[in-house]
Amino acid sequence: MRVGVITFPGSLDDRDALRAIRLAGGDAVSLWHGDHDLHGVDAIVLPGGFSYGDYLRCGAIAAHSPIMSDVVDAANKGMPVLGICNGFQVLVEAHLLAGGLIRNDHGTFVRRDQKLRVENVDTPWTSGYTQGQEITIPLKNGEGGFIADDETLRQLEGDGLVAFRYLNVNPNGSLNDIAGLRNARGNVVGLMPHPEHAVEPGFGPDTPAAMSSGTDGLAMFQSVLRATVLS
Amino acid sequence: MPKVIVEVMPKEVLLDPAGKATARALQRFGDGEITDVRIGKRFEITIDGEITPKTLEHIAEVAKGVLSNDVIEDVISIRVAD
Repeated sequence: MRVGVITFPGSLDDRDALRAIRLAGGDAVSLWHGDHDLHGVDAIVLPGGFSYGDYLRCGAIAAHSPIMSDVVDAANKGMPVLGICNGFQVLVEAHLLAGGLIRNDHGTFVRRDQKLRVENVDTPWTSGYTQGQEITIPLKNGEGGFIADDETLRQLEGDGLVAFRYLNVNPNGSLNDIAGLRNARGNVVGLMPHPEHAVEPGFGPDTPAAMSSGTDGLAMFQSVLRATVLS
Repeated sequence: MPKVIVEVMPKEVLLDPAGKATARALQRFGDGEITDVRIGKRFEITIDGEITPKTLEHIAEVAKGVLSNDVIEDVISIRVAD
């Protein structure tokens, strides 16, 4: 299974995402923002970082880069697409996911190991979790406050499109503690926290068992490998 | 060359943390008559040639589609610079 990771100018977690895909057992393929070529991948990850220095709005310029028209076409045909952090912002700006992401309500950058609840396992990126499972993965952002108008929010909640919710602490003022979303079809998922930073013992969040031993993010990449094999 | 000015503001209903922090700083000056600050964006767009109604139509399109995100912002003015 080939999973592509797009590098935009200013992406910084693209290599971590590629590594996470390899650790999950997939073939990781580097994709370039300026191409119109998805290199025959079966799924796509939009990584974290600060594409175009967050100029204009986070993710806004990247959302209009050449490869994104191919990503939107592929997503509309059902290809699994995951946006992490800045990648989530790009998906929102590309109108593949609802709502918007604004500066954290407390005005400062936040970095913490964040507890989340998996709210929806009916997507190719979350099928490896159990409904309601609590996971801990790193979070690091300055503009992660999820907002949407009342009607959109009601629709997201009513249709079960909230994929992940912050637990214990709402780190950025996100409405309804929303940490991640899916689209109606389920193939497109975006979240602010970073699953690709919790895939290998020794380099993840602390757990009660041992320091840095958390690997709760790995299931996201294993999920899509299983989903693309089955489809 | 002529210019078109586009102004974009965060939606009234949304929290503007940068504006709020600036307002707090400004309250250290003066007699406390400053109560709120909201920070928006001003784009100065240079046009090659004459500005026609079609130019302004095109600017309105990119203002709505690229320069602003209607989930979080409003385009509040598009005008030709003096």
